Amino acid sequence: MTTPLLEVEDLNVWFELPSGGELHAVRGISFELEAGERFGLVGESGCGKTTAMLSIMGLLPPNATVAGEVRLDGENILARGEETVSPHRWNDIAMVFQGAMNAFNPVKTVGSQIEEPMELHGIAEGRIARRQAEELLERVGIPKDRADRFPHEFSGGMRQRAAIAMALACEPRILLADEPTTALDVMVQAQILELLVSLAADFNLALLLVTHDLPIVAQVCDRAAVMYAGEVAESASIDALFHTPKHPYTRLLFAATPDLRAGGERVASIPGAPPRLDKPIVGCPFQPRCDRAFAPCPTETPLLKTVGERHVAACHLNDHVREPATA
Amino acid sequence: MSTNGSHSLLEVEDLVARYPVGRGVVGAVTRQPKLEVRAVDGVSFSLDRGEMLALVGESGCGKTSTAQSVLRLIETSGGSIRFDGQEISGLSTKELRPLRRRMQIVYQDPYESLDPRFRVGATIEEPLEVHKVGSRQERREAVKAALELAGLTPAELYIDRYPHELSGGQRQRVAIAATLVLGPELLVADEPVSMLDVSVRAGILSILDELRDKGLAVLMITHDLSTAAHYADRIAVMYLGRIVEEGPTREVIENPQHPYTRALLSVVPKRDPRERGTPQILRGETPNSIHIPPWCRFQPRCPMAIADCKTVDPELRRPAASTHPEHRAACIRV
Amino acid sequence: MSASIQGGAAAATEGVDVSASRRPRSIRQIALREPTAIAGLAIIAFFVLVALLEPILVTGDPKAKVGPIFEPPSATYPLGLDGGGANMVDLLMAGARVSLLVGFCAALVSAFIGGTVGLLAGFYGGKVDVTLMRMTDYVIVIPDIPLMIVAAALFGRSLTNIIIIIGIIYWTTTARLIRAQVLSVRERVYVKRARALGAGNGRLIFKHILPQVAPLLVANTVLLVAYAIFAETFITFLGLGDPSVISWGRLIENAFNDDAILNDAWWAIIPPGLCVTLVVLGATLFGQSLEDALNPRLRVGHLSVRRFKVRPLRGKLDAE
Repeated sequence: MTTPLLEVEDLNVWFELPSGGELHAVRGISFELEAGERFGLVGESGCGKTTAMLSIMGLLPPNATVAGEVRLDGENILARGEETVSPHRWNDIAMVFQGAMNAFNPVKTVGSQIEEPMELHGIAEGRIARRQAEELLERVGIPKDRADRFPHEFSGGMRQRAAIAMALACEPRILLADEPTTALDVMVQAQILELLVSLAADFNLALLLVTHDLPIVAQVCDRAAVMYAGEVAESASIDALFHTPKHPYTRLLFAATPDLRAGGERVASIPGAPPRLDKPIVGCPFQPRCDRAFAPCPTETPLLKTVGERHVAACHLNDHVREPATA
Repeated sequence: MSTNGSHSLLEVEDLVARYPVGRGVVGAVTRQPKLEVRAVDGVSFSLDRGEMLALVGESGCGKTSTAQSVLRLIETSGGSIRFDGQEISGLSTKELRPLRRRMQIVYQDPYESLDPRFRVGATIEEPLEVHKVGSRQERREAVKAALELAGLTPAELYIDRYPHELSGGQRQRVAIAATLVLGPELLVADEPVSMLDVSVRAGILSILDELRDKGLAVLMITHDLSTAAHYADRIAVMYLGRIVEEGPTREVIENPQHPYTRALLSVVPKRDPRERGTPQILRGETPNSIHIPPWCRFQPRCPMAIADCKTVDPELRRPAASTHPEHRAACIRV
Repeated sequence: MSASIQGGAAAATEGVDVSASRRPRSIRQIALREPTAIAGLAIIAFFVLVALLEPILVTGDPKAKVGPIFEPPSATYPLGLDGGGANMVDLLMAGARVSLLVGFCAALVSAFIGGTVGLLAGFYGGKVDVTLMRMTDYVIVIPDIPLMIVAAALFGRSLTNIIIIIGIIYWTTTARLIRAQVLSVRERVYVKRARALGAGNGRLIFKHILPQVAPLLVANTVLLVAYAIFAETFITFLGLGDPSVISWGRLIENAFNDDAILNDAWWAIIPPGLCVTLVVLGATLFGQSLEDALNPRLRVGHLSVRRFKVRPLRGKLDAE
């Protein structure tokens, strides 16, 4: 079995709170990403998905503490914090941010901002960088004469494309996308998603898509992990998540998502709210809101367990399932 | 159109709302024509009591401007707005005041729509104070009733809280309660759940659903077709300031006729990964609403456009393939 | 079970939003947390206390001659005597009263004018805004010190006049600041919502906009105190102050007129100047830290060079 391109193991992130105390935002999550795979990290606000993604690139604020491993080609890039992770930024792992306006410097041209990482990482400079930047722009669907324009002259969709071009400047192997289409219209969203899928195929990129929007993940990703309260509740192929979920949160989350097709069916809401992350959590974090909670749930923390082919879930309802012998 | 022959609660006809846009010094000096954004460019629809109409479309289509024009929150340049039979498009602020009790709006951002310095009780009581309704005791009762209608029970638990102590979903419920306290007949909901988590949305929408069942007329603005498909009785799809297709929800969703509606529906992601389908992705983005051609405004991006499409500005009429008499689309090819 | 009851059960158990960033910080919170605010407030409090206690601490007329002129500091008179033989300490305390009074009152006048102009311009916009802002621009352009000198010379040198003169010069920055704030608050959704339910302009201004703008106005007023005290000192030093009252400016003026420097009597000049400096410093520290805390755009925490920390995993968290 080949080593996965990216392995996240037991990732934990704590934030110091100004009032003293700590917020345990990411509580020991693990997942893997193969080359060329499209993986979704799904969850609602506060579940820790964005923090987890930022940890992979080491883009955490000074009040954050990280534990666990993020292995790129088997090597733990978080071993010594900034020192070990920064060499991989942009040339191995790159990121597309939500609301591309935030990603651009408003006083520099878009073209120069795509060339900048190339020059910083010593990949190309001057006219060669310029030409590569123009090619990237064309590849993402922006005419290359726009390279000399400023970010504010671009529409929302174009800026997001430019942000993708900027992310690809150093030919990374992994692309992290944080809510890449949230602020965009549905037609532009379709264009961007189509672009991401074709880029992943052409450049054999691994794509990690972080979003709260389940249908996007259903359409674009092969596999996904559903996060809740800083933990992975379930991780499987996207087909299994929808058709054979093994965690009530996954099932309820899908049920709470309206769909064009399922007209008459009632859309359900999930009562309650996620637990506070600045206090220790006893038992299953989803238990207070779960419609199938039973005896062990309030007191025993469910562990992530294999329940099928590359399918894991952390729920006591699966306790009876015997785990296959580890390979 | 109303079922019993008398007027609908809300009747909008040929509504127009335009904003001037600066030409700049050079433009003014060279006498370029004054530019306008034609946000609402001839919109007509009606809404009955106990009915939910969803205005859907992408950004810039004019749905929010239409809703705000209907409530006279922005100025209109033409057309008629009749609320309960009365023409309100020309009324002054003072004349509109009593009408404000009967038509209310819920905004998109639950984190910004409540004054952070007002307790929940004060926010909900404010409409009663403004319109000088009821005694103090009666107001307290009305506030409690409104909170409970909005699903915040027991009301006593919430009355003295500040907005920052509440979650997004709770704040939106407070905003809804603040509209209900005056007993409106028309409620405009502008993207009421788009800033809330998915698991919380159905709770809010079900309140609107129930209110509709009790006879409230709801005009819902949303870009999310899936939400509209689940809750609205009728859908009107807007593009560049016009309604391009409208009709009963099931009819529009299952039998879309206008090419824009068809494309839009095909790119909405579905929950089921097995339903990936073939999205019809239009190229480019919605043009700005300053330079709208006198012919079909969708023609530049339309996959079905023919030569004739550049000669006429289509009106809403029943398409040949529609299966419902109230289904309309503005396209010469259907 | 009807959906609203279900919804009710749902809402009741919904958690609380922990986003502290949205909570408005009150002035009190800022004053008690930020070190610069505490320092500034302490300095001002000290002088205010002195000014308030002056009638008790000073017996008799502070200007009374109690010894030879320009006597150096001694045990009895820690800051010596001035050019008229009066106790410097007594004079300083009396001066504190006047200087602080003028400072606060003039700052209030400025704050009132500036706040009103800013509020009206920001809220009504259009022609009102243009007119008021143009007027503001004209006032800004006028050089403040010469105007004060001319006004003082023309209208007489009473304390009230001084307060008014200072007050009508320094309101312009406040006006602009408040106008900007009002413009932003006016666009907030809750203001639009209040308007949509039929609230009149009066209610919008006094119940929704003003409370939001007030903290910034207070912060700005504190800064105005600094300007006003300095202005009073300056005018009085030039000989245009009220001749019947003692202020720190008067003390400095007297010291110069009595040739304190020639007599090496540093205790006659430096202490009043130091007092003015300290109060101005205190007001600036306090006011500035309030303004910084109230204006979120001035935060620069993200420019820190500190990095995130890595913690070794404390053993495996759960047994496999």
